[in-house]
Amino acid sequence: MSTDAFVAPPTVEVRVPPRSWRSEVRAVKIVWRRELIRFQKDRMRIVTSLVQPLLFLFVLGSGLQQLSAASTDGVDLKTFIYPGVLCISVMFTGMFSAASIVWDREFGFLREMMVAPVRRSSIVVGKVFGGATVASLQGLILLALAWAVDVPYSLGLVLGVFALQLLLAFSITAFGVMIAARITQIQSFMGVMQMIVTPMFFISGALFPSGDLPGWLAVLNRLDPITYAVTPMRTLVFANLDLSAEASQTLNPPITWFGWEVPIALQVFMIFALGMAMLGIAIAEFNAGD
Amino acid sequence: MEAIKVRELRKSFGDFEAVKGVSFEVGTGEVFGFLGPNGAGKTTTINMLCTLTKPTSGHAEVAGFDIVTARDDVRRHIGLVFQDQTLDGYLSAEQNLRLHAELYGVESKVVKPRMEQVLRMVGLWERREAQVMTFSGGMRRRLEIARGLMHSPRVLFLDEPTIGLDPQTRASIWSYIRQLQEQEEITIFMTTHYMDEAEFCGRIAIMDGGEIVALESPERLKEAVGADRIRIETADDERAIAELGERFDLEATVSEGAVSFAVADGEEFVPRLFAELEVPIKAVNLSRPTLDDVFMSHTGSTIRDAEESSAKNRNRAVMKAMGGRR
Ligand SMILES: Nc1ncnc2c1ncn2[C@@H]1O[C@H](COP(=O)(O)OP(=O)(O)OP(=O)(O)O)[C@@H](O)[C@H]1O
Ligand SMILES: [Mg+2]
Repeated sequence: MSTDAFVAPPTVEVRVPPRSWRSEVRAVKIVWRRELIRFQKDRMRIVTSLVQPLLFLFVLGSGLQQLSAASTDGVDLKTFIYPGVLCISVMFTGMFSAASIVWDREFGFLREMMVAPVRRSSIVVGKVFGGATVASLQGLILLALAWAVDVPYSLGLVLGVFALQLLLAFSITAFGVMIAARITQIQSFMGVMQMIVTPMFFISGALFPSGDLPGWLAVLNRLDPITYAVTPMRTLVFANLDLSAEASQTLNPPITWFGWEVPIALQVFMIFALGMAMLGIAIAEFNAGD
Repeated sequence: MEAIKVRELRKSFGDFEAVKGVSFEVGTGEVFGFLGPNGAGKTTTINMLCTLTKPTSGHAEVAGFDIVTARDDVRRHIGLVFQDQTLDGYLSAEQNLRLHAELYGVESKVVKPRMEQVLRMVGLWERREAQVMTFSGGMRRRLEIARGLMHSPRVLFLDEPTIGLDPQTRASIWSYIRQLQEQEEITIFMTTHYMDEAEFCGRIAIMDGGEIVALESPERLKEAVGADRIRIETADDERAIAELGERFDLEATVSEGAVSFAVADGEEFVPRLFAELEVPIKAVNLSRPTLDDVFMSHTGSTIRDAEESSAKNRNRAVMKAMGGRR
């Protein structure tokens, strides 16, 4: 017990102002900042969440290279799966970010936020933005590995990849928070997320070209939202490579719906729209809660 | 003006009624205590008053605002210390307070001085930069109280603020509470299991099974019990109770391993007891009324007995919940 416990310091007058858009912005900002502070302090998480993408990139990439050398038109397999790995890293960290809302509930901190005189939507938006920022910062670490897989740097590449990662991270985090509104136990939450996100990742074509797939897989692939994040990412990375038209066609065929080529811009927009829709649902769910 | 007004407040979970229509008023600047065993409905009542849970029916105002129709206004004027810990252990003490200030829209230029004030008050100013994870239970509790005060609430709700703390820390928390009351004209609404703490309250409401069974100042409650309490240890409790009923027309109960009953004048009664009771008496204990007796006279059991039985029920409920989980 410290000795100054019974000294009475002067009273500082405080008045809590009525709710305004400014207080909402402050709430969003502080919830967002908290995610960043926690990320900073959690070095372990930064390291562990790099393991999986690195395994895919270097172990799977180098290992399968022997089989695929003939069919990749001289492109290293690591280079080919690099854009996919940029996506996977963001997806899994986004998922972990969303899990933090489940932890917060378990450790009671969610209540501290929920009882504050601000809209619940501000809390949810802050959470989702915070999670998205953390996930894309993590993505930046992988971006630093581009040289190792023979992708030359350019300003366009760095900005483009970061923007896409941010977008994907936003949508995944919004998805996670939407699930977290319902599933309040951390084990079930992680289980459900793994069960949904892992197949989505595999089906998306992050690890294979989506050109000549068997019918059933082609259908699933087109239905999988992640496909529309992976393809723009790959297009962006490949634009920085010196590829033959043939190689480009085999390795990064355009996504088609019944023969119609889906524009990249529309794909990006779809990810954004899905993210917004899930954010909306997440907000509605948290508002409806007690 | 009344800081808290409650009329017929009710809360049901499914067909279980946790709070059965309670009514009371708390004046501005008062320290008001809710005393009751586990599961009495104390936390549920606080949750309704803090707008965390919607009442099933009834009406309540806190700081002049309706808890259902003016939730935000209520929230702006109250501070809360929850029964369970709600700090972010990864953040420092200072960061926890800052986060709170931002969420409550506290004017930026007063955040720092106010933070210093409340942290000094609970004796944590020197530890402000340490991660909360490294704090002891008592330090966390004090930090939570400091946090609840960050935005100068009109009414401070404390749900079991001293549970699990050592007597020294409990005493210091009580001294902050009284200091607060003097400095900030704040109304304090708290719950506790500790009888000795209830003595510090201006008035206390004894809650049992979702109902308020008594509401008065501790002195008045004790006066109302009036009688002295005698506890005897006997060779045969059953027979002793029967005999006490027959010979003296006294109603006795067994609690904490002793037969206990109330009489008007204990000192005069004890000699008669030894002379007339046939069951051998091993020990006798005479006491002036305490809040325990008050509790006993209103609920028919001591608070510890009530807790033991409800802990048993709760364990059973927990087992059921775990077995029934998907
Ligand atoms: N969300 C809930 N769903 C179902 N029952 C609940 C819920 N919350 C509380 N209860 C029940 O309501 C009753 C009152 O609980 P409450 O938490 O208000 O008790 P309390 O007086 O605060 O007890 P304690 O001293 O243990 O904190 C208990 O029987 C509890 O099981
Ligand atoms: Mg309680």
